[in-house]
Amino acid sequence: MAMTEQQHLSLAATTPISFSLNGRHVSVLAPPIKRLSRVLREELGLTGTKVGCDAGDCGACTVLLDGEPVCACLIAAGQAEACEITTVEGLPKRSPVYDKLQKSFLTHGAAQCGACTPGMLVAATALLEKNRAPSECEVMDAIGGILCRCTGYRKIVAAVLEVEANQGAHDSPDAGHAVGNRLVRLDGQRKVAGTETYGADEIPEGALAVRAVRCPFHRARFRFGNLEAFISENPGIAAVLTAKDVPGENRYGVIPKFADQPVFAESEARFRGEAVAAVVGDADVIERLDLARFPVSWEELPPLMTIDDALAPGAPRVHSDREENVLVCGRVVRGDVEQALAEADAIVEAEYETGFVEHACIEPEAGFARRVGDTIEIQACTQSPYMDRSDIAQILGIAPEAVRIIPTAVGGGFGTKLDLSVQPFVALPAWHLRQPVRMVYSRTESIVSTTKRHPARMRLKAGANRDGKIVALDFHADFNTGAYSSWGPTVAARVPVHASGPYYVQHYRALTRAVHTNLVPAGAFRGFGVPQMAIAQEQVYDELADRLAIDRLEFRILNALTNNTPTVTGQVLGEGVGIRACLEALRPRWRAARKEAAEFNTNSHGPLRRGVGVAGMWYGCGNTSLPNPSTMRIGLKRDGRIALHQGAIDIGQGSATVVTQICADALACPIDRFDLVSGDTSVTPDCGKTSASRQTLVSGKAAYMAGQELRRKILRIADACDSAKLVFVEGHVEVQDGDRDRTIRLADLPLDDYGYVMTAEATFDPPTSALDENGQGIPYAVFGFGAHLAEIEVDIELGTVKVLKITAAHDVGRAINPTLIEGQIEGGVAQGIGMALMEEFFPGKGENLHDYLIPSAGDIPPVESILIEDQSPIGPFGAKGIGEQAVIPTAPAILNALHDAIGIRVRKIPATPDRVRAAILSAGIIGASRA
Amino acid sequence: MYLRPKTLNEAVDALVEPGAQVLAGGTDFYPALGERWISTPVVDITTIKEIKGIAREKNEFRIGGGTTWTEILRTPLPRCFDALKSAAREIGGVQIQNRGTVAGNLCNASPAADSVPPLLALDAQVELVSTSGLRRVPLAAFIVGNRKTLRTAGEILTAVIVPHAVENASSAFLKLGARRYLVISIAMVAAVVAVDERRRVHDARIAVGSCSVRAQRLSALEPALIGAPVGAGLGAIAMPEHLEPLTPIDDVRGTAAYRHDTALTLVRRALDLCAGSC
Repeated sequence: MAMTEQQHLSLAATTPISFSLNGRHVSVLAPPIKRLSRVLREELGLTGTKVGCDAGDCGACTVLLDGEPVCACLIAAGQAEACEITTVEGLPKRSPVYDKLQKSFLTHGAAQCGACTPGMLVAATALLEKNRAPSECEVMDAIGGILCRCTGYRKIVAAVLEVEANQGAHDSPDAGHAVGNRLVRLDGQRKVAGTETYGADEIPEGALAVRAVRCPFHRARFRFGNLEAFISENPGIAAVLTAKDVPGENRYGVIPKFADQPVFAESEARFRGEAVAAVVGDADVIERLDLARFPVSWEELPPLMTIDDALAPGAPRVHSDREENVLVCGRVVRGDVEQALAEADAIVEAEYETGFVEHACIEPEAGFARRVGDTIEIQACTQSPYMDRSDIAQILGIAPEAVRIIPTAVGGGFGTKLDLSVQPFVALPAWHLRQPVRMVYSRTESIVSTTKRHPARMRLKAGANRDGKIVALDFHADFNTGAYSSWGPTVAARVPVHASGPYYVQHYRALTRAVHTNLVPAGAFRGFGVPQMAIAQEQVYDELADRLAIDRLEFRILNALTNNTPTVTGQVLGEGVGIRACLEALRPRWRAARKEAAEFNTNSHGPLRRGVGVAGMWYGCGNTSLPNPSTMRIGLKRDGRIALHQGAIDIGQGSATVVTQICADALACPIDRFDLVSGDTSVTPDCGKTSASRQTLVSGKAAYMAGQELRRKILRIADACDSAKLVFVEGHVEVQDGDRDRTIRLADLPLDDYGYVMTAEATFDPPTSALDENGQGIPYAVFGFGAHLAEIEVDIELGTVKVLKITAAHDVGRAINPTLIEGQIEGGVAQGIGMALMEEFFPGKGENLHDYLIPSAGDIPPVESILIEDQSPIGPFGAKGIGEQAVIPTAPAILNALHDAIGIRVRKIPATPDRVRAAILSAGIIGASRA
Repeated sequence: MYLRPKTLNEAVDALVEPGAQVLAGGTDFYPALGERWISTPVVDITTIKEIKGIAREKNEFRIGGGTTWTEILRTPLPRCFDALKSAAREIGGVQIQNRGTVAGNLCNASPAADSVPPLLALDAQVELVSTSGLRRVPLAAFIVGNRKTLRTAGEILTAVIVPHAVENASSAFLKLGARRYLVISIAMVAAVVAVDERRRVHDARIAVGSCSVRAQRLSALEPALIGAPVGAGLGAIAMPEHLEPLTPIDDVRGTAAYRHDTALTLVRRALDLCAGSC
């Protein structure tokens, strides 16, 4: 024992601390050294203040201390004594401007996941109190200390700048006019009020806390010491759980066929950050526990760190049953690529490498579990409640029906919250101890243990003819999939289908492998490998255009897929191929921007050079050649309101709003008559996972069908024709059918098993077909298309790149909610900028948000979104996905602009300042070398 | 144990407790703590008035150790402090500037501490007080390594002292990072240039941070600038050999070679900026 009994007492000692909180005097008993953020949330119940990092790196916990913004995670509670503290909950009372600011955030779509929103609102209020008409720069400075991962900041900046505008009341659209409307997101008010419930925001009465003991080495064998003694020496510890305490299978994975990840490693930990045990007990004790004293001894083993390490002959296997450490291979082959390349007029060969990218959701993973009889309930942030349910059932050895998943609001997902995180660690002790158990990942724990974007190593050879037509592409990629399978198979399968880009390529070969190493598992991250692939493919196509002396944009337009050309899997889409329209929409800005950049460079005598780049994108919505149905249920209530049971998880992108807009118009009922029942596996049917840009398409289509079905049922009762108008009023539905008006009195009708007057349910599964041994078939029913144009400025002496403007054209089929779509585009652009220029995670180094950099407010330029609506014959109202599509073209457009500016290709991405400068020096760029 | 003394005397008395730590703005204290629980006595010095604020005294400026970066930004100061103010604007975001203190940045002694190059260029001294009295140490001697200083466990850094000597000199601070806000410097440079009546340099101080375990002055470059005419081309006097004392490392932010290379660019630009505002 490190602490004497006396010290223990003094640490536990609480002191009354008195201060003004949101205009009210409070006195709280707390340890004065406890972080103010924790005291606000845990002792005073004000969970509007979010905790993202506990290090002042993210600013999510910003509160006002005597009117000045501070990070509550860096304030000792004792320092609040006699001060005035204002949290997001106190802003309405404090500041007359706040009501306008809230409204402005809502109309601008400035809140997506909402995890940074309270901090942003607090910081913006402090600015506006001093300066009612700030400049853009002043707004940036004011919010620069707060990170946002969803919005790309621009809508937040606009919401603050335009706080005095748009203050009219927001009328809800009439029946049949929800689609296409810039409707304020339905969950927006909760996000701007700070009342949304995220994973860490609810603590059940009497909850125990749990912390995981994690391996500090990339690979190690381990042995436990005396666990019984550890428990008895530490009063307040209820249990230590290890692999032996898993009653079902100590194995899970998002793709059942490849499930390989244990809740607790059994004798060897395969990556740094893998859990080997969990300690459960009283929250105070667990919080203060020094896990370095946990009785475990490690024997470090030589790890496989790179793809080359893993593929080397004789390399140890990460999993004994996976030969050569290859998890899975992907393959799409069409035509005769070798002969076509041999005959092509111009050939370009290139190699590119990308690194791990961290999702950096502002909300770290969190949740709790409780046992209710012989069922377990888990309330946590997740993108995939039904998959969580299956995995937890398997881990606990119980039926899926005995598991209830209650998803909270998700403070950023981007793919990483598809996999389990806290769920097994809270479920196991709650199951065994029959007490509620909660867990909140620290930022470091989140970074070391949750999935990342796959590092890729890509080799390409592409050929084109003098007429400008691409004839062949040979693409090989290896992905570092880390220690466990996660979504590695999906990445390896999806990339070969997409590696042609949105262009007609007659002769094609794309071969991929997902390779195991002893690093953090790589999983799903916005685009499943396609963003990495596009970085390579779009740069190679730029080089081909240059080789043929064809304008780089016109080269793409010339080769763009059409409704009638086959894709590399032989699919002919027939309708809704909007890539050419996207590229053509960029033409005016492309020509103007290139001229402006050339003029700037001619007149520039300093170290700055400008460049313009373009890149295209296509992306299939939904699972690759696999079923992925969504089911929606809609009920007519006695009061004439509509209950929509929609299980599509809204991770901030706005799917709950979009799905409801679609359903409302299918039923032809005003959207303000809808009540949402969301997410909980006990009350909503399965809407699959929120990934693969599928919710607007798949769940949206199911909602459309359910809405239509309910409409048909109502019309049938009224014996009215299809064109009849339905008017939903309190207790009645009026059916206006030409001259014949009927009234359905809802009180007269019996309730069905769901408790509704009428219920409709519909399932939609996008039509696809299996791919054959050459990858030929119909992998997706619908593709989204797009193209970005990047304008940048390079400081050739420092190697720094500043993005000046992004113009983004996207074919979204039908823009169900243009504001939300712009939000996806701007957020995608921000992540693309991060990927291109700054983001790389090195396992074991910089496991925090000041070493791992994501773009800050000042790094995102103006983004001009151009929405193309080339309707899909399958999507609801013609809509397609946009979530992942938005991120794909940004990085290659920036990297092409870098080449345009100074003639270099950075082969290892991100193009950090040191890599750009090294490339400049090795290229001997004039003006960049020393005098 | 958590104490919040009102006076410096009480504070230094409390610091005699073995293992006691000083807490001020908390902007380094809490991040360093991570998930660990505090098990040592803490002396919170944020209510001690004697160590706050900036005073112009007869021969020197006195910046209280407990002065925050926001307070420095809001205080009218002579031009030689422009570099320090520029650095203050780059220390975290507004939230950090509102809490972080001068003394905290110096005592934390990160190689990337933004305030160190400007203060080195101002020939700053630090004042340390303990139960055994008061001592002054040049800042250049105070920081001895990566997160290592001469401060003993019982001492509080009560003030930073800047002599009047270069009050009217121009100064500049340049920071290189991979993003706009909240970024740890890859390299940074502060320059202070004083000019005589013939518009020639009569005093020049250049300090470089993030390029060695502690920020340092370029002692070979400074004399080479004396007597140089102020104007375009001042920066060009800086040569790679002037940066030889730097010993940068490779880390997640950049390579050693890159730091060496860009430090020279930053030095030249900082000198040109100073020359432009002389």
